[in-house]
Amino acid sequence: MLKQARKAMKACAAGAIDRNEVEATARRMLEPFERGAGEDPYAMHAELQETMQDLVGIIRTESELREALVRLDRLRERHARVGVRGGRRYNPGWHLALDLGPMLTVSEVVARSALERRESRGGHTREDFPKAAPEWADVNVVTRRRDGQLVLSREPLAQVPGELRALLGEAAEAHAEPVTIEKGAS
Amino acid sequence: MSSESAGAERSAGPKAHDTEGPARDVTMRVWRGESRDSGGFTEYRVPVDEGMVVLDVLFRVQAMHAPDLAIRWNCKAGKCGSCGAEINGHPKLMCMTRLSSLPAGEPVTVAPMATFPVVRDLVTDVSFNYEKAKTIPPFAPRPRDPDGTYRMWQAEADRVQEFHKCIECFLCQDVCHVIRDHEENKEAFSGPRFFVRLAALEMHPLDTNDRLELIRRKQGLGSCNITKCCTEVCPESIKITDNAIIPLKERVVTEFYDPLAWAKRRILGR
Repeated sequence: MLKQARKAMKACAAGAIDRNEVEATARRMLEPFERGAGEDPYAMHAELQETMQDLVGIIRTESELREALVRLDRLRERHARVGVRGGRRYNPGWHLALDLGPMLTVSEVVARSALERRESRGGHTREDFPKAAPEWADVNVVTRRRDGQLVLSREPLAQVPGELRALLGEAAEAHAEPVTIEKGAS
Repeated sequence: MSSESAGAERSAGPKAHDTEGPARDVTMRVWRGESRDSGGFTEYRVPVDEGMVVLDVLFRVQAMHAPDLAIRWNCKAGKCGSCGAEINGHPKLMCMTRLSSLPAGEPVTVAPMATFPVVRDLVTDVSFNYEKAKTIPPFAPRPRDPDGTYRMWQAEADRVQEFHKCIECFLCQDVCHVIRDHEENKEAFSGPRFFVRLAALEMHPLDTNDRLELIRRKQGLGSCNITKCCTEVCPESIKITDNAIIPLKERVVTEFYDPLAWAKRRILGR
């Protein structure tokens, strides 16, 4: 088994490391230090939390989701000016400044997907679409980054494989259409 | 700080006053520095709310005054053992120490654990413990019974459960005077946390390893003079001294210092 693993490792050796990319990333990570007195990462974090809590919370509605996206845009602009004090050793302010990027991305994905799904299902409740809609039952909203932009698409849920469908037995047979497993739905 | 970000800082503020009860300010005296010699205490005054723990207040210090204040923390529930520090001189978990349990109106002093080298501010390098852990032979269970199962008395199983509660916060290592003020003892003394670990293994009904010689010669059990400081600071309330250290001492004495057993061994040979 170990032999096979070694063979497999050789077959897919790691690609060459792009030094330019490494240096560019390091530069980007260090930029907040150069700005020093820029936007305060803690204040931005608190505002992001409030935005998501107030507008993309448990009960959602189109107008609030759109307002959230406007605020997230503004936060992203400010994030480009985030500043950090102190040194590089164990500096939580710096860590937060860096974490804010992915946090903003995830927040935007959540808000845009919630806007896209015009129905209520599982943990997603839309005040303006209070019922589950059959056409959404076997669709996921998938977000991908294309050319630096987030692109949403509706994609069919994976079908339950034959052997699992057999295991499900009667429950599966009772359905005329193929049984699907809904991710994130209860 | 630009005027814009000063405004942003204010908008982070309202949370400080949005719960019931009068908001009050507390002075935090926080140790800051990158080494024992160069560091010192800095005072920060921050508003606090009812129910806050020391870790919450320090988050507020980070948000309002010291964005680079280094704190190691994870679970905020007293189970990960990351946020040990000395609060008003007492080794405690910052996430489990309510402000209301400290003298009202007085400054709260927070310092890093003294037994370990400082990484920065309240974060210490606890790798001493990881090195000591490597010196303990692991659990070595005896073979299963012929029917493929293990049998042990319930009382034996129960006895080691207490030791398994340890969250490895190392507050016992911090308070232990054998290593706290004596760097030179660290070589030959593993500390209360590892006496708990050794007791868990030695008392395990299935274990076959014999660690008594090691405990006597290398782990330094004899240097413990049972002042029970470790028991006092344990956030999991493990009776370290009574249930781990003293029984281990008894086992060592029985094995190596019992004159009758010694004579018997000499006569019968073993």
